[in-house]
Amino acid sequence: MTPNLTFAPEGVLHPGALQAEDVSAMAKPIAVSGTDILKVRNLSKIFGPKPERAVELIKQGLGRNEIFEQTGNMVAVNDVSLSVKAGEIFVVMGLSGSGKSTLVRLLNRLIEPTSGQVILEDRDIAPMSTLELREVRRKKMAMVFQSFALLPNRTVLDNIAYGLEVAGLKKADRYAVARSALTRVGLGSYEKLLPGELSGGMQQRVGLARALAVNPSVLLMDEAFSALDPLIRFEMQNELLRLQKEEQRTIVFISHDIEEAIKIGGRIGIMKDGCLIQVGTPAELIQSPADAYVRDFFRNVDVSRFLKASSLMTTVERGLISCDIGAPCERYLNQLIDSGVECGYVCDEAGRYQGCVTPASLHKSGTHPIREAFVRDVNAVPLDADLHQLATIALSQEHDVPVTDTMGKLAGVVSCRTILKQVMERRAA
Amino acid sequence: MNSSVIGKFAENAVNFLFQHFRGGFDAFSAALGAVVKLLEDGLAAVPFVAMLVILVAFALWRRGVVFAVFVGAALMVIHYMGLWAQTVSTLALVIAATFFSLVIGVPLGIWGARNKRVEVILRSLLDFMQTMPAFVYLIPAVILFGLGRVPAVIATIVFSMPPVVRLTTLGIRQVREELLEAGRSFGNTDSQLLWKIQLPNALPSIMAGVNQTIMMALSMVVVASMIGAGGLGEYVLSGIQRLDIGIGFEGGLGVVLLAIVLDRLTESFGLKAKKSKRTVRTVKPAATSTAVRT
Repeated sequence: MTPNLTFAPEGVLHPGALQAEDVSAMAKPIAVSGTDILKVRNLSKIFGPKPERAVELIKQGLGRNEIFEQTGNMVAVNDVSLSVKAGEIFVVMGLSGSGKSTLVRLLNRLIEPTSGQVILEDRDIAPMSTLELREVRRKKMAMVFQSFALLPNRTVLDNIAYGLEVAGLKKADRYAVARSALTRVGLGSYEKLLPGELSGGMQQRVGLARALAVNPSVLLMDEAFSALDPLIRFEMQNELLRLQKEEQRTIVFISHDIEEAIKIGGRIGIMKDGCLIQVGTPAELIQSPADAYVRDFFRNVDVSRFLKASSLMTTVERGLISCDIGAPCERYLNQLIDSGVECGYVCDEAGRYQGCVTPASLHKSGTHPIREAFVRDVNAVPLDADLHQLATIALSQEHDVPVTDTMGKLAGVVSCRTILKQVMERRAA
Repeated sequence: MNSSVIGKFAENAVNFLFQHFRGGFDAFSAALGAVVKLLEDGLAAVPFVAMLVILVAFALWRRGVVFAVFVGAALMVIHYMGLWAQTVSTLALVIAATFFSLVIGVPLGIWGARNKRVEVILRSLLDFMQTMPAFVYLIPAVILFGLGRVPAVIATIVFSMPPVVRLTTLGIRQVREELLEAGRSFGNTDSQLLWKIQLPNALPSIMAGVNQTIMMALSMVVVASMIGAGGLGEYVLSGIQRLDIGIGFEGGLGVVLLAIVLDRLTESFGLKAKKSKRTVRTVKPAATSTAVRT
C-alpha cells in the first residue's frame, strides 16, 4: 500500500459524512496564510573551546560523539534549516539532548549561534547589534518557559506587564494591556496575587499572558507545558488552541511529547543529535517516516486520527455502475451478478457517487428506478476521513465504505477487512 | 621585639600615607567626625521615653507582641543601669559604620557577582580583612586619624564590610538562571536586569549580609573603645582596668541587649518577602471566572 499524501482541505465535509465526536475539539486552525515569517538557515551551535575545528569535522561527516571525543566540542545544533509560516504552530520534537531547547534559544539569541541565519520578517537576527537585538526581543519575540520563570517578588499583573515595562511603557498603558492579556487566559481576578500563590497551571497561564502582552510576531514556547501534570497539560493545550482560534499567532513550540506535538502542531520538525531530520504535518510523519527514529516516536501513540481514507482505499473496478438514478434496476442486475461482487456502487454520468446496490436489492426492486434499490446507511466519506470515521460507517452496515473526493466523485472504497485490520494494528501497538 | 621586613613594609606603607596625604586624612577625619557627632547628638537629643516608645512600636510592627515586650524590658534594664547615654553613643557609631560599610560593600558585591576576576581579588581581600585580628586595625587607624570616634568608625567599617560584600555576591549569583533568561528574552538592558531581577531576588541574602555587618560593627565598636570610641565599650574597658566585675558585667549586658534588639529587628527585614505574602493572601479574591479551573 503506497501512502497517498494528497489531502482534501480539512473542514470540508460532505453532506452525510459522519464526523467523529472528537474532531471538533481537536480541530486546529489550518488556514495558514502561507508566507514564511521566520526562516532559519544552516543554523549551528557548537559549545566548547574550538568550534572551528568541530565545523571542519562535521563537514568530514563525523558524528556528534566522535567530534566530542576528538575536540571536546559539543555539537548542540547541527546545520538546521527550517521555515515557519505566519499563523502556524511549528512544533520542534525530540528526545532530551537532541538540541531542541538550544535551537529555540538560538532564535532569540539567548544562546549565540556559532553560524547560520535566523531571518525574522526579512531581517537576519544573528549579526544584529545588542541594541537592535533588544528591540527585536521587546517587540517581535516573546518566550514562555518550562519552569514558568515568573518574578516571585512581583504581582501577577506586574509580571504580565514586565515586557512592556522593560520597553518603557507608562504604568497605566501597560496595566491596561496586561489586564486584557490576563482576561484572555482566564485569570482576570488574580492580578494582585504573587506567582507563588498560584498553582502550576495558573502560573503558566501568567507566563503565557506575559508573552502575549507584548504582542510578538513569533511566540517561542520552550516545553511550556512539560512541567504540568497530565490533566492540566491537556487543559493548557486546549487553551492554546482556543487562543490560536481567536487570533492566529506564529508559534515555535518545543516539546518532547509526541501526543502534544500532533495535537497542537500544524507541522512538526523532528530533531535527533542536533540535526533536524524530518519536517512535516503529523499525517506525513506518520505515513512516511524518514527513519526508524521518527517511526519510534509514534509507536505508542493512537494515530488512527491521522490514518486517512485516501491512503486506505482501493479503486473500484468491477461493480461500478454508471447510470442515471432513474434507470430501472433490472437493467443492471445481470451485469452485477456477472462481475461477481457483493455490491455495486452507482455513479451518475459525471462520476458522482449516488448509492450502493446489491444483487438482492436490484432483484427486489425490479422495474423501479435504481435509486429505490439503494442499500441504506452506505454513506460516503471524504478522502480525509480518519480511521475512527471509517470504523463508525463500517459498523452501521456490512459493505465496503465508499470514499468520495471534494467534487463528490467516487474515488475508491475502503473494505471492512482493511478497517478491521488497521484497528487491530493500532491496538497491538 | 622588632618586626621583620613584612612588618616594616606595612609600617612604611602607613607612614607613607600619613606623610603624603595628611591633609586629606585630616579633612576626611573632620567630615566623618562631624557626621558621627551629628548622629550621636541627634540620638541623644531624643528623650529616653520617646526612644522607648518608638523602638517598642517598631518592634511590634516588625515582629509582634513578644518581641516588643522584650525590647521594652531591655531598654528599661539599660536605663536602670545608668548606661543609656553610652548605649546611644555606641548605637550612633554602629549606625555610622554600617551605613558606610553598605555604601561601599553592596556595590563591591554587585561588581564581584558580575565579574569573576573581581570576585577572586575581592574574596582574598575579604578573607584578609575578616581574619586579621580586630585590634590590628586600630594601630593604623590611630596613626592616620588620631584618637577618638573617627578611627573607631574607620576600623569598624573595614572589619564589618566583608559579610555584606560576600552575601551580596552570593545572593546575585543564586538568582535562578531562568529568571535571567526571561529578563533577557524580554529585552532587558544589563541595568534593568540588575535592578528589576537580580537585586530584588537577591534581597533576602543581602539583608542577611546587612544583619551580619551590623553585628560585626557592634562587636568592633566595643573593641574600638581602646582608641577612644566611647560608649558601652569604654564602660567595659574601665571594668577590665579596675578588675571590677560589676561594672564589666553591666557594660557587657548592655552590649548583649543592644545586640539582640538590633539583630532581631534587622533580621525581620530579610523575612520581608514571606510577610508580605501572608498579607496578600488575606485579600485573595474569590474565583469568579468559570474559566479558572486549574
